[in-house]
Amino acid sequence: MIATLAFYLFAGILLVSAAMVVSARNPVHAVLFLILSFFNAAALFLLAGAEFLAMILVIVYVGAVAVLFLFVVMMLDINFTQLREGFQRYLPVGATIGVVLLAELVIVFGGWRIAPGSDAHRFAPIDVAVENTRQIGNILYTDYILLFQASGLILLVAMIGAIVLTLRDRKTSLHQVISKQVNRMPADTLVMVDVVRGGGVPADHYLRPKVEEVAAPDAAHDSHGHGGHH
Amino acid sequence: MLPVPLGHYLTVSAILLVLGIFGIFLNRKNIIVILMSVELILLAVNLNLVAFSAALGDLAGQIMAMFVLTVAAAEASIGLAIVVVYFRNRGSIEVEDVNMMKG
Repeated sequence: MIATLAFYLFAGILLVSAAMVVSARNPVHAVLFLILSFFNAAALFLLAGAEFLAMILVIVYVGAVAVLFLFVVMMLDINFTQLREGFQRYLPVGATIGVVLLAELVIVFGGWRIAPGSDAHRFAPIDVAVENTRQIGNILYTDYILLFQASGLILLVAMIGAIVLTLRDRKTSLHQVISKQVNRMPADTLVMVDVVRGGGVPADHYLRPKVEEVAAPDAAHDSHGHGGHH
Repeated sequence: MLPVPLGHYLTVSAILLVLGIFGIFLNRKNIIVILMSVELILLAVNLNLVAFSAALGDLAGQIMAMFVLTVAAAEASIGLAIVVVYFRNRGSIEVEDVNMMKG
């Protein structure tokens, strides 16, 4: 009874927040409603007994993907009012198509019945005595190991792709030239100053950077050399 | 296993899917909201998979939902990277401006 009420509560909040995602005026609000809808979907997963997936949804989706959306929305300086032009124009056709599609889907799936003999064809029957996470691990690392590794490969490709796409070589940034650093000798940059014994150390008499020599036009010290001493 | 009949889960998932498609229609210029709508559509897919998994008592649906989550995360990251690069080049993210690769 409580579970039924909870289902309708979470489903209602999920659908309302999803509607707010697509219709919010401010995209930051849209992302926040997306986070709310992910939380409620996780609650629906929990009600269906998929505890591991619910936690994955909260951690991966709310923790990573939605925050990534939030970063991008806040990072880009976009005139969002200009982007909302045509909102009214596309509303009727979008609503028409949506209502038709929804009616068809509800007609097809609303009265779904599971065939009586389908229990015999289950691939991995759920055992209520074993925890959901343990069961998923038992078949994920054995029967689905190839798919699991392929999904890891997909994530690797996505990571490399995102880095390659967004990495840019700024002319103003300071690069580290390893060979110059390794080949640098003390005599290149430091001078030894004789100190008179018993006379104290004047302010400019100690091992100090060669300021004058470095300032000379030198191919080894261009704008993005080793930025240590000037 | 399910607290409500399977049809209720499927109906919620269908409404979520339609809302995602509606969002793509409605925000045709704003590619970030389009990406969020795609996330909603994939969430509807996951809800379907989990509901069927629980109704049939078969764990394979939850495994598939996990793979869908993986692919959706990869898709979101790549899509947002493309948006960032595109904004850097053009100073706007209007979908209708994306014709610079036209031959």
